[in-house]
Amino acid sequence: MAGPELSAAQAFIMALPQAQALGLQIEALGDGRAEIVMPYHPQLIGDPATGVIAGGAVSTLMDTASGAAVMSHPQASGVTATLDLRIDYMRPATPGQAIRARAECHHVTRSVAFVRVTASDEDEARPVAMATGAFTVEGKK
Amino acid sequence: MSHRGEILNQMAQRIPYLHFLGLRFETAGERLTAVLPFSPMLIGNPAIPALHGGVTAAFLETTAIVGLLWTGLPEGEAVALPALPKTIDLTVDYLRPGLSRDSFAEARVVRQGRRYASVHVEAWQDDRSRLFAQGTGHFLMPEGVR
Repeated sequence: MAGPELSAAQAFIMALPQAQALGLQIEALGDGRAEIVMPYHPQLIGDPATGVIAGGAVSTLMDTASGAAVMSHPQASGVTATLDLRIDYMRPATPGQAIRARAECHHVTRSVAFVRVTASDEDEARPVAMATGAFTVEGKK
Repeated sequence: MSHRGEILNQMAQRIPYLHFLGLRFETAGERLTAVLPFSPMLIGNPAIPALHGGVTAAFLETTAIVGLLWTGLPEGEAVALPALPKTIDLTVDYLRPGLSRDSFAEARVVRQGRRYASVHVEAWQDDRSRLFAQGTGHFLMPEGVR
């Protein structure tokens, strides 16, 4: 993907109010792949007894990375929407650590984009969560 | 709002992420409805504008977890936040955009065993029969309530 396009997509994602509220940072984007980081923040804690980040925040991180991956795919253009997302939570994220989502849009048809995404903390060998999703593809204009 | 409902809302306020989303709960008898008041920061698609798909997933997941707590919540005095069920998986079916207005959700505990629970959740805005999302999740029940 060309530089100016990348920055446009990046600016679009970073302008999403919920992405801003979560402090999401795009680390890589292009060719159907996206890497987005969510810093640890106490307001995102889902279980006060442990300080573990809420699953919902991790879901939003993974959904954002997935949508960004679709938008950056050469065969998909424009805005996308989630049709379906299936999330597996493998283990609690370690409190205090940022969570990184890596999404790959692995197949695109005229109407649908298929994505898989993994979320990890600093222990990258043991992902925190994984998801697969189907996203809308707008017709080329 | 029942006394039990007030206890539930007090417990929910102790979960920072629920506070972050602005989630609260309404009760009528045994019926528990989660309410997600609209806030501009929940938007994930500024063009429509529509709620972020991740927020919708979080709304369904939280409603399911609190629905499980609600089923086991005793009558009587205010209790400390009990051990929370852990989400194993969640499948979200996005039916239409979540628009810039208040959202509601209800959980139905389809099966609750000693260790595992399966919960179905439906979410709507203006019209209870026009869902904008539904989901099914599996949860691991905490040791204490087994």
